Amino acid sequence: MSVELLISIGIPILLIVIGRFVGSSIERNHYKSIVEREARFSGQPALSTKQSDAPDAVRTASLAVGSVVISVDHFKRFLSGFRMIIGGEVRSYSSLIDRARREAVLRMKESQPDAHAYINTRLETSTISSTTGNEGIGTIEVLAYGTAVHYDRAP
Amino acid sequence: MILTNIDSVPGGRIVQHFGLVQGSTIRAKHFGRDFAAGLKNIVGGELKGYTELLQESRAEATSRMVEQARDLGANAVINVRFTTSSVAQGASEILAYGTAVLVE
Repeated sequence: MSVELLISIGIPILLIVIGRFVGSSIERNHYKSIVEREARFSGQPALSTKQSDAPDAVRTASLAVGSVVISVDHFKRFLSGFRMIIGGEVRSYSSLIDRARREAVLRMKESQPDAHAYINTRLETSTISSTTGNEGIGTIEVLAYGTAVHYDRAP
Repeated sequence: MILTNIDSVPGGRIVQHFGLVQGSTIRAKHFGRDFAAGLKNIVGGELKGYTELLQESRAEATSRMVEQARDLGANAVINVRFTTSSVAQGASEILAYGTAVLVE
């Protein structure tokens, strides 16, 4: 009896603890890599406008696409469960969305790394549902796409 | 085939419009990938299996759209858009559409 109780309570707690520590370390490393790569691409902006304000004429243009599927860890999923009861901003999910969007934009840039700018950048988010139930499992896909342009100038 | 998601092809002049072209694909998740993703769900982070699955589907949808444009005699597709919608539990449709044009 007590063994059964231990298993039924212990396993979920163990998963939450694993999620708490491994998850935050994964997130920290991810942010580190995002910041590093964003610095590398700082001279090649992603614009949401259809025209760039650069005076140079555009030489070539092609579609650039980047996407990523990111999941939240078990600890944050657990926290958000409480948040669903009392309402308000679900802070534990905001870092998930932020990471996913920034990663998708970076991958879009990396798909055409020598472009001067990425114009008309669009972001699209969709949720991944579980196969067994219809509830969201805290997993999202973010797609970033835009037109990579090269200007008529020395790089 | 030139693809852009703006209204024109920079450096080119559009001489003919062929109208809307589209390509779509419906993909279901794969059991093995689902299991691995379930484990990865505990610690969070990127689910590479799903990223790849969706990238493959999007590439497939794009190539179907390009094929349709090529059949019409176009050499570019402008104003390309992507959308994703879920059709059933664990299956999603990925659609790519745009306007096929001839540029010179």
